[in-house]
Amino acid sequence: MATNHDPDLPAPHDEHRRNFLKQSSLLTALALVPSAVVEAAESKLDERVAEAIEKIPLSLKINGKKHKLKVEPRTTLLDLLREDLHLTGTKKGCDYGQCGACTVHVDGLRVNSCLSFAVMHDGQEITTIEGLASGDDLHPMQEAFVKHDGFQCGYCTPGQIMSAVACVREGHAGSEAEIREYMSGNICRCGAYANIVAAIQDVKSGGKKV
Amino acid sequence: MKPNDKQIGSSLNRVDGRLKVTGAAKYSAEYELPNLTYGVLVGSTIAKGRITSLDTKAAQNAPGVLAVISHLNSPKVPGFQPTGKEPSQPQTGGEPLKVFFDDKIRFNDQPIALVVADTLQRARHAARLVQAQYARETHQTNMVAGAKDAFLPSSAKKNPKSPMADYQRGQPDAYQTAALKIEQEYVIPTEHHHPMEMQSITAHWEAPDRLTLYDKTQGTIGTRRDFAKEWNLPEDHVKVIATYVGGAFGNALHSWPHESAAIIGAKVTGRPVKLMLTREQMFTMVGYRPYTWQKIGMSATADGRITAITHESIGQTSSYQEFTESTLQQTRMMYQSPNLTTRYRLAALDVSTPIWMRGPGEATGSFALESAMDEMAHLLKLDPMEFRLRNYTEQDPEKNRPWSTKFLRECYAKGAELVGWNKRQLQPGTLREGDWLLGYGMGVGTFGANRGAAHVSARLQPDGTVLLQCATTDIGPGTGTAMTQIAADTLGLPPERIRFELGQSGFPQAGSQGGSSTVNTVGQAVQDACLALKDRLRELAAPGTPAFATAKKEDVALTDGHLTLPGNAARVPFATLLQQPDAALVNVESKANGADKDKFSMYSFSVHFAEVAVHALTGEVRVRKLVSCADAGTIINLKTAANQMKGGAVGGIGMALMEHAVIDDRYGRYVTKDFADYHVPVQADAPAVEVFFVNQPDYHVNQLGTKGIGEIATIGVAPAIANAVFNATGKRVRELPITPDKLV
Repeated sequence: MATNHDPDLPAPHDEHRRNFLKQSSLLTALALVPSAVVEAAESKLDERVAEAIEKIPLSLKINGKKHKLKVEPRTTLLDLLREDLHLTGTKKGCDYGQCGACTVHVDGLRVNSCLSFAVMHDGQEITTIEGLASGDDLHPMQEAFVKHDGFQCGYCTPGQIMSAVACVREGHAGSEAEIREYMSGNICRCGAYANIVAAIQDVKSGGKKV
Repeated sequence: MKPNDKQIGSSLNRVDGRLKVTGAAKYSAEYELPNLTYGVLVGSTIAKGRITSLDTKAAQNAPGVLAVISHLNSPKVPGFQPTGKEPSQPQTGGEPLKVFFDDKIRFNDQPIALVVADTLQRARHAARLVQAQYARETHQTNMVAGAKDAFLPSSAKKNPKSPMADYQRGQPDAYQTAALKIEQEYVIPTEHHHPMEMQSITAHWEAPDRLTLYDKTQGTIGTRRDFAKEWNLPEDHVKVIATYVGGAFGNALHSWPHESAAIIGAKVTGRPVKLMLTREQMFTMVGYRPYTWQKIGMSATADGRITAITHESIGQTSSYQEFTESTLQQTRMMYQSPNLTTRYRLAALDVSTPIWMRGPGEATGSFALESAMDEMAHLLKLDPMEFRLRNYTEQDPEKNRPWSTKFLRECYAKGAELVGWNKRQLQPGTLREGDWLLGYGMGVGTFGANRGAAHVSARLQPDGTVLLQCATTDIGPGTGTAMTQIAADTLGLPPERIRFELGQSGFPQAGSQGGSSTVNTVGQAVQDACLALKDRLRELAAPGTPAFATAKKEDVALTDGHLTLPGNAARVPFATLLQQPDAALVNVESKANGADKDKFSMYSFSVHFAEVAVHALTGEVRVRKLVSCADAGTIINLKTAANQMKGGAVGGIGMALMEHAVIDDRYGRYVTKDFADYHVPVQADAPAVEVFFVNQPDYHVNQLGTKGIGEIATIGVAPAIANAVFNATGKRVRELPITPDKLV
């Protein structure tokens, strides 16, 4: 997915690899001297080495706003949004890519943000539920979810709406059966499925730009 | 909207809809607090035994780690300590797990340590570095083995009148000697609630004796009470905030070990701790619908009159706490039967404690009862609806008193019409479309129309809006919306001028959102508070405008910023009434329904009809259509109520066709630990659901006439589907879920 790097910046993967090699050789050296290993562990040297290379620079455009960040490579896009950027509209429902609550758009495509690391998206454009409305005007899909009561507790709702918008844009909202198939990656435990379908059909037939 | 338009019975859009569709609604793990830290729990990897050593050094040394807390170093939680005043006998029914209290392991994945770090990634990594050694003891997690030692619940031993005690009318086990009888066993496996929001808490000690909890709970007052007691604090020193709850279905009706753990973590680090369980931990740490074995014996006359029913049940519970539910209640009161026997038992296993899951025991019990009704009808060669009608009860046969209201007959008729019941064939396996076998089935549900006590405050604001507050919660049904409608009608104001705030323990007290009782209870309190507010305003207006002194509170109107009386020129501006601070504030307590509760049996009723298609070669079951009809009293909001009914039906599809938690008894650990292994219905599994409400008020429950719909939306759905599968295939599946392997 790393196709959108700024060609003027060094590829972060190379830098990462260099650091990794440095760390590995250090650890290999330590491994040859058992007492040094113990000493290193005592002083948390290995952890300090790791900490120094833990963060990687990352540029993202989120909801139209540019962010220059430094993140640990193990940070998922979901955790970056929720915990670091406080964009908590995107929900964590399983962390395994099985429920769809964390659905966001990456360069226009729907993605389970819990299943991708933030650093995989350098230079890409992310849209979250917070970026869907234009100011006070709700997106037609948001309007339709309110009108058709396409939710109850509201927790899966941002993911459903992001997925529903993509479903229409992809051309997968042609029939009730097609909508049900292409929306099956978004679980609603309250069971508002029928109302979600009604909302999507309303938007599809409503003629507004989605 | 004109102020005179009735809001009750309308389809008002949810008042919090905009916040939910824009991502602005904040759930319990979404509050920004200074110095916030992250807690991750480490679970045991054995089901029973003791921790012999716990190596936390690597975790403690990991970057960003602030604390690793276990039984070895946990601060003393006052509520966990013996008080010296313990009774000589152990507490009836056991007690909840005390987290990090001792080295004892009672179930697999029991929390044994909490890692607190400055970022989620660091906490998660460090949690993996904690190493435990155990002294294992032999565990028992198998229900079949555990059921051999099944026992009468302590509550029934103590009180023979307890609903958990054995019940008898007429002759015991009278079905056994009858000519026309069935005797079958039914099994429901362990099922998990799995709300989409995993259990989360953010615990913040704002001062050494002041605790604030942003918590996923169905009851802010209950949670406050539990943790005030645990930390020996005055209740008003504990604040619980649950403005938005991302589903719960019962699993946030209880306080769980992870909540105690987060509070301990915040105490140790002196910083707020946010803890969200993983989906895997949702299987082990926050309850479940218990595995339940049931047996029904039933006899009838050739013309379809039931002569006897015996219904026995054994439900799973934990080794340290007795959990009971009303599995056998529906059997005692739904159908006439001169002889009726019920026996309820528990089997204690080395697992965590169960908790009510939507439609709780009644949904479990109705699977057995309503399947048995279908089996008996088949034996008698009777239409199953006709069989039910021949045994319809015009009064409660358990308590021998009238129903407050019962419109189940109307539900049968409408549901049969909507599903096309006339297409159903008496002979199973008759209807076929290509490779698909078609069938129709029905299942009945009931749940007590309960009403408790609640407090609500109402205040007229200077801008002419009315602010109502109550500590109740909204886990999804749309409580705030329904309350806004009730207030709007009572005050004669448009809904935009009402603001109903909920989900904080500091608001006037109300019980937990559970047992389909919120609208019955809080709805009445809202109505009472609005009337009390009118009366207060009338009193405030009376000194300057004598017409108000003699007016009735019901007649007082709030019109264009003035207090008015219809047919009278008297007008007092709100500003005049609001000169004293808090003058226009009332705080009202509505009591639980009293005398009527003893004179009438109060229940909501539902019937669900299913049309299924079963693939003749693969055994795949598709629910093509569900019709859910409810006698639930007055419907406050048609749109949100219908949504709740449809959602309950979807839950019933899960129960019937897919939900099944599997424990590997060798290790006493779940092998189903995410949505790949534990299937819940997805969009493609959900059929069109048609909903019908009788919408007749029951004024014995409250003055609004509501009875509640949350539980009856699910109760009876699973047997409707199972019965439809039998009608399609001739195969009777008595152990849920109905997976293809059981049909081919």
